Amino acid sequence: MHLAQQVKHLIKKEIILEWRSKYALNGVLLYVVSTVFVCFMSFQIIDKITWNALFWIIMLFASINAIAKSFLQESKGRQLYTYTLVSPIALIIAKTIYNSLLMMILTVIALAFYCLVFEPNKDIDILMYLLAAVLGSLSFSTIFTMVSAIASKTGNGGMLMAILSFPIIIPVLIVLIKFAKNAMDGLDRSVSLDEIGLLALINVMVMTVALLLFPYLWRD
Amino acid sequence: MYKTWWKILAAVLVVYTAIAGLLLGVPRMAILNETIRNLYFHVPMWFAMVVLFTISVFYSVRSLSTQSEADDIRAVESANAGVIFGILGIVTGAVWAKFTWGQFWSFDPKQNFAAISLLLYFAYFVLRNAIDEEQKRAKIAAIYNIFAFPMMVVLLFVLPRLQDSLHPGNGGNPGFNSYDLDSRMRMVFYPACLGWILIGYWVYTLRFRIKTLENKHNTL
Repeated sequence: MHLAQQVKHLIKKEIILEWRSKYALNGVLLYVVSTVFVCFMSFQIIDKITWNALFWIIMLFASINAIAKSFLQESKGRQLYTYTLVSPIALIIAKTIYNSLLMMILTVIALAFYCLVFEPNKDIDILMYLLAAVLGSLSFSTIFTMVSAIASKTGNGGMLMAILSFPIIIPVLIVLIKFAKNAMDGLDRSVSLDEIGLLALINVMVMTVALLLFPYLWRD
Repeated sequence: MYKTWWKILAAVLVVYTAIAGLLLGVPRMAILNETIRNLYFHVPMWFAMVVLFTISVFYSVRSLSTQSEADDIRAVESANAGVIFGILGIVTGAVWAKFTWGQFWSFDPKQNFAAISLLLYFAYFVLRNAIDEEQKRAKIAAIYNIFAFPMMVVLLFVLPRLQDSLHPGNGGNPGFNSYDLDSRMRMVFYPACLGWILIGYWVYTLRFRIKTLENKHNTL
């Protein structure tokens, strides 16, 4: 099968699997909603900086939970079956694209709900903030997909996932929070160009390294 | 000693920088004053660390293709030696910060990023300890090491340029370029860098040889 064909089929498989159980979608949505509620009960009113930071912290943990399962959940048998059918490159591309789609949907829903509960800043540039959210979910997915693949190979994945991914995600998170804060304060759009460029660069870099390394990781 | 000449050179250079660094004249600058001498002891630590981490990544890449145990040991021992130099770099920086900024740790971006980049390598060691099977451990740890290295580069060389920092060389504080104007400092600084890089390399080769002997002893 051609690479693009394989990727298409794998993404379709993931979507069908998800649609049958709706486990990740519902689980993570419930997680986000309940966390926002808990935050609302404990904070009552929050100031601008906390508003931004809290959103990204909630999204960070939600995305770790959502993406960690992408490799950890698969049984040995099913992995072996996929291994005989498709190339590893197709698999990692498909997983990353699927996770990005899932995370983008989740992030947009979460942002809408978050804005409903906590009133955003009046000057917020909502389009730019949305761009930050989309870029954020994209970066989370590219990085966490690869880390989840690494963690799944170790046997005790759940805990290692957090240990391995936090130091890698922190630089991305710093840039994201700065970018999102610019958008929240309604600063001129040209101010954030550096951050957008850097995030795009990090994503391209992570994707390249993941494509190069995954074939080695997969072969047991 | 085995292959002596560069080890003697390293020792001579480091002794020379310790004496000349404390005795030779330095330019008078506001705020920095005599603490400018820390340049000879603090900055070479980071150079040595980056060189050692680069060696570590090089051997990680090699161990993926050769699958030899020696390459894996080289990768982990150079990372170990690099972490030692990273800690020394943070400590020398913190002592300097106490006398110029007033606090050992003031959460300056440069301090934070240096600490996070060390966290990356601690995560690498945790990952190694989590896997028992040797060949699998070599492969997965190598993959994580290669995956983490570009992030360390971003943390240490890209992000600090985007943020305001009190560190010399950032935000209008006098830095490298103004030191370079003074040829007296160059006479000490370059030998110091070379000397500490050689010492770091020496530490790494020693660790590698000890580890190899240990492994040989254990298999007998």
